[in-house]
Amino acid sequence: MRVAAKTGNEAMAEAMRQINPDVVAAYPITPATEVVMIFAQFVADGLVDTEYVPVESEHSAMSACVGAAAAGARVMTGTSSQGLALMYEILPIASALRLPIVMCEVNRALSAPINIHCDHSDTMAARDFGWIQIFSENAQEAYDSVIQAVKIAEKVRLPVMVTTDGFIISHCMEKIEMLEDEEVKAFIGEYRPATNLLDIENPVTIGALDLQDYYFEHKRQTAEAMRKAPEVIMEVAREFAAKTGREYGFFEKYKIDDAEQVVVALGSSAGTTKVVVDELRAKGVKAGLLRLRVFRPFVAEEIVKALSPAKTIAVLDRSEPLSTQGGPLFTEIRSALYEQEQKPKVFDYIYGLGGRDLTLEQIRRVFVDLQNPEKLSTVNYLGVRE
Amino acid sequence: MVSLKELAIKRVDPLSGGHRACSGCGFPQIVRMVCMASPDPVVVACATGCLEVTTTIFPYSAWKIPFIHNAFENAAATISGVVAAYEALLKKGKISKKINFVAFGGDGGTYDIGLQSLSGAVERGHNFLYVCYNNEAYMNTGIQRSGATPKGANTTTEPAGKVKQGKERWRKDLTEIMVAHGIPYVAQATVGHYMDLLRKAEKAFTIEGPKFINVLQPCRLGWGSDPARTIEIGKLAADTCFWPLYEVENGVYRVTYKPKEIKPVGEFFKTQARFRHLFKPGNEKLLEEIQEETNRRWQQLLAREKV
Repeated sequence: MRVAAKTGNEAMAEAMRQINPDVVAAYPITPATEVVMIFAQFVADGLVDTEYVPVESEHSAMSACVGAAAAGARVMTGTSSQGLALMYEILPIASALRLPIVMCEVNRALSAPINIHCDHSDTMAARDFGWIQIFSENAQEAYDSVIQAVKIAEKVRLPVMVTTDGFIISHCMEKIEMLEDEEVKAFIGEYRPATNLLDIENPVTIGALDLQDYYFEHKRQTAEAMRKAPEVIMEVAREFAAKTGREYGFFEKYKIDDAEQVVVALGSSAGTTKVVVDELRAKGVKAGLLRLRVFRPFVAEEIVKALSPAKTIAVLDRSEPLSTQGGPLFTEIRSALYEQEQKPKVFDYIYGLGGRDLTLEQIRRVFVDLQNPEKLSTVNYLGVRE
Repeated sequence: MVSLKELAIKRVDPLSGGHRACSGCGFPQIVRMVCMASPDPVVVACATGCLEVTTTIFPYSAWKIPFIHNAFENAAATISGVVAAYEALLKKGKISKKINFVAFGGDGGTYDIGLQSLSGAVERGHNFLYVCYNNEAYMNTGIQRSGATPKGANTTTEPAGKVKQGKERWRKDLTEIMVAHGIPYVAQATVGHYMDLLRKAEKAFTIEGPKFINVLQPCRLGWGSDPARTIEIGKLAADTCFWPLYEVENGVYRVTYKPKEIKPVGEFFKTQARFRHLFKPGNEKLLEEIQEETNRRWQQLLAREKV
């Protein structure tokens, strides 16, 4: 174990170096470019054994990842925003073919208007493509989750994207604790795929045409894999904690065991919220935070349990799906709470689009709202000029 | 050089019978000639299209060799990933066998939607062979025009009608675009001259780096041709210089078939319903224009060979 100062991008690239994947196919895009650049330097300096494929687009990056993973390689990539959007066609192919690809995804707003800063619209638009999605609060978590993702992906046989918030985490330098190279190697172990394209003696046809008589069953199997994912995520987290002392779960409960007003958030905004929760607790207000780490699969039962003391809940959504019904985190949380007899009131706050700062004052306002919810709209915008 | 007899005895037939390609379809021959030209095992990537659709209807597969289909426009990117995995596993000692890698795509998946993926893959220099089975339109989805569709041909998205005579533009010269990439081997072939195709594929497998072969093949549905005459029509394409057979090895051109007597393109066109309207009164000039362009391109090719 050693301590280092790393940005989110550096932390993810370091994790990639230690994982030493067989193949990395990637294309640069702000703010994930550094992940690719730093890794390319590792390749150039002989610090990894990886076959690095510097493709001509993100579409080809994901396509090459699919080919390489089908051929039995341990495969990684990194991207953001428009780059992830260019991969959208291939993302569900990767999951349906049950290929354990690991992606470092840096959350960034989608065009138009073009904007290079953080929101979650890119990752959220990919939420139904069969990828496990893990959000990070800081560089340490990004580093830890990328290492865990390799193991999760290979056990569940589904691809995993680990996300950081663009610039806020990707470019912010923090103190992180790193494992030794050998420790990472031992933790992830050797990859032994069940089948592979290079097994000439046992030829397989991958990506066959499925019609009305089989497509549904194959989708059902992928759904079942996602249902099994939570168990594996926790198993890997426990193993990781035993090695590092750093504990991870589906979410972080911050002072919510008796909280009456709870904010639910993803990623870096949790830090801001924690400051306000501490302020309010000092004043005797029963405030709390549920920071979701794993968005896909969505572990509704556990989330509902964690939220059970809450009387009012504010969900922070850093994306606007334009459905008129609020953001994706809000709709999931509200739907999960439907079976509860004692339903808390749930409100959505869409915030931070295109990198707009989330301030302490805004979070204070949210908690004030939660204490006086009578006239509150279901879906609200936080920090926008109306 | 392998003989046809040796091919039949010693090499692995990549496809089983019972695949669902149409009678008279060209690509089963193309796939067989290309894959069996390899002395080493072959792994195939394939673009979405007729070849994939007719050979892999789950739970059946006609492929006796490893095969991957990813999407429409990314056969080249997919095979580049497969090759990268192979190189990585070779380096780590997890695999030791020599394997050749082939990507197949139709003209839609190659000339049009897959061009970027192909261009990127060959520029990166992966060691693979890309084979375009080119029937000059999107036949799998019902004969829509592509960048490979020749001028004057009738397709469902650029049909001949009362005021239009089919495709109005010249087809894209993809073979020359691939030559311009400066890759070590580029060739044009037709299913009609199967030995020529076999030799080209054989040569391609001896060359390190990216290789590209553009193979013209009739499509009975899209061309409106007699399925029993696929080979003959393929030969006519070469005899009329509508589809010259040549190869470019490290920039050096060699025309591999020079017809003793060049036939008019009309002879080739007459075998296909897609050109039927060109023979209607009033279209003489268009036919003449196509003939002139065919002559010009043939002369240009001969000049390139001389250099």
